[in-house]
Amino acid sequence: MNQVLFEIKKSKKHEVKRWLNSQKIVPYLFVAPFILSFLLFFLYPILSAFVMSFQEVLGFGEVNFVGLKNYKNLMNPHYYDALSVSFRYTFWTIFVLIPVPLLLATLLNSKNLIGRNFFRSSLFLPALTSVIVAGMFFRYAFAEQATSLANQILGWFGHEPLTWLQDAKTGMLAMVVLCVWRWMGVNIIYFLSGLQNIPAELYEAADIDGANVFHKFFNITVPSLKPVIIYVVTISIYGGFSMFAESFAYWSYRSPGNIGLTLVSYIYTTGFNNADFGFASAIGVTLLGIIMLVNLVQLMFFGFFKKESE
Amino acid sequence: MVGKKGKKASQWIVFAVLVVISVLALAPFAFMVISSFKPGQELLRNGVNMEINLDAMSWKNYWTLFTENNGIYLHWFKNSLLITGMYTGFSLFLSSIVGYGLAKYDFKGKNLVFAIVLLVMMVPVEILILPLYKLMISMKLIDTYLGVVLPFMVSPFAVFFFRQSSVSIPKDFMEAARIDGCGEFRIFFSIMMPLLKPAFGAMMILQAMNSWNSLVWPLIVLRSTEKLTLPIGLASLITPYGNNYDMLFPGAVMSIIPIVIIFMLNQKAFIEGLTVGGVKG
Repeated sequence: MNQVLFEIKKSKKHEVKRWLNSQKIVPYLFVAPFILSFLLFFLYPILSAFVMSFQEVLGFGEVNFVGLKNYKNLMNPHYYDALSVSFRYTFWTIFVLIPVPLLLATLLNSKNLIGRNFFRSSLFLPALTSVIVAGMFFRYAFAEQATSLANQILGWFGHEPLTWLQDAKTGMLAMVVLCVWRWMGVNIIYFLSGLQNIPAELYEAADIDGANVFHKFFNITVPSLKPVIIYVVTISIYGGFSMFAESFAYWSYRSPGNIGLTLVSYIYTTGFNNADFGFASAIGVTLLGIIMLVNLVQLMFFGFFKKESE
Repeated sequence: MVGKKGKKASQWIVFAVLVVISVLALAPFAFMVISSFKPGQELLRNGVNMEINLDAMSWKNYWTLFTENNGIYLHWFKNSLLITGMYTGFSLFLSSIVGYGLAKYDFKGKNLVFAIVLLVMMVPVEILILPLYKLMISMKLIDTYLGVVLPFMVSPFAVFFFRQSSVSIPKDFMEAARIDGCGEFRIFFSIMMPLLKPAFGAMMILQAMNSWNSLVWPLIVLRSTEKLTLPIGLASLITPYGNNYDMLFPGAVMSIIPIVIIFMLNQKAFIEGLTVGGVKG
């Protein structure tokens, strides 16, 4: 008797196993981890961020709906500072981190270059460091003492020492320098891989037509790299507006005169230091809106959508 | 137009420019190493600079680094290793299986799932940190390694990457295995995984690097000093009243070394992992 029961159990188990292994069910099992993680760690948090942005979140799980109050509160000098720092930081990083790596990638790609691999690796090495570790060097290189590296270099040009990390302009410079140092190599790699996909015949044809280096760069290289440039600009906008680490590396949570206050550090200080979750969520919602909008404008500017409809 | 001599000259200019840029890229590493041998007080007094006074330099800082506060630095190092290992292992396994499912099967809702993957890639995680933090509190995962790893375990970027890599593998392999009576899971584990080895290599390095260096989320989840990861532990040493400045630069140098070694051994995989993001688009 027991034996029979056991056999039935066994065959049932077998059947379940077969069903789970059928080509109809299996794909759902395969994508299930993503679906679960999406629902729990993306959809739920993002919806609750939207809801919280209309709430006043008190301790002990109590909440009050306050309508647009949190959004009205955005009209304050700190938010403007954060907006301005994030915008300027994004602008300057893109301003440097598109043309310069593009040019360097072209140089690295030139024929008969000695030490190509060495250059490529050494330009990429900074990307391996964390912002905190890299920031440690830059924080003390930009120290205010006359003996700091940055001030020593100024001294060569007969310039007075600066208090780099106390002033809005030099503070911005410090953040951009940190980002550029770490990220230059990554963008070079992006552009290099794009360059290697350009057919050599294009350049040969241009040579026959007597085109010079600049003609070739602007008429062949740049247009061929357009998809890569769009990609890099898109992720730079994304990274620029959600920057927090660079500022944290220089000033931790609070910078003098808000010179390092970005949108994300504002979310951080309001949320975790002031425990004002509603207001912090409202900042987050505007950040999402800004990133989406700026990227949309950028993609339209580059004719990204036009290309697809043609 | 340009003669042979002109061409040679231009090659040298290119070379010279690249040498200068490489020096700029490498100099901070040199400064970090040099500063790691200087007394912390000097760092505080003078900042990082070009002075080298061999007499004042010593290995003492490294000794302090490993012994100070019951070897707290080694704790951080171990935590970083553990979290990086956990995160990399889970995320590779889960993301590869999702990416493969999306690439190789036809099922209802497939396009929707793929669209969601792309959407999630577009939204900065920084917006989610507050609600995620509340979620971690209710799941009792604050100050745990699982709390650091769990919310980002299925990385949309890695899913996308594995989908792209699986698409190009011919379906014939799967058909042949099915005829031999191979189950769908076995097909993935014993046929697809070996074929996807280069993709695993590239993603492993990229995910490990991201996890090793990540700041924003561990900064929120981890609370107690002995549970911190390297970047956060190092950042916590910088306090106006701290007397731990001896540890700063040796700590920074030691935290870079493992990742540089991995990079030196697997340069190709690094670069592949970075460039598949969408460059071909």
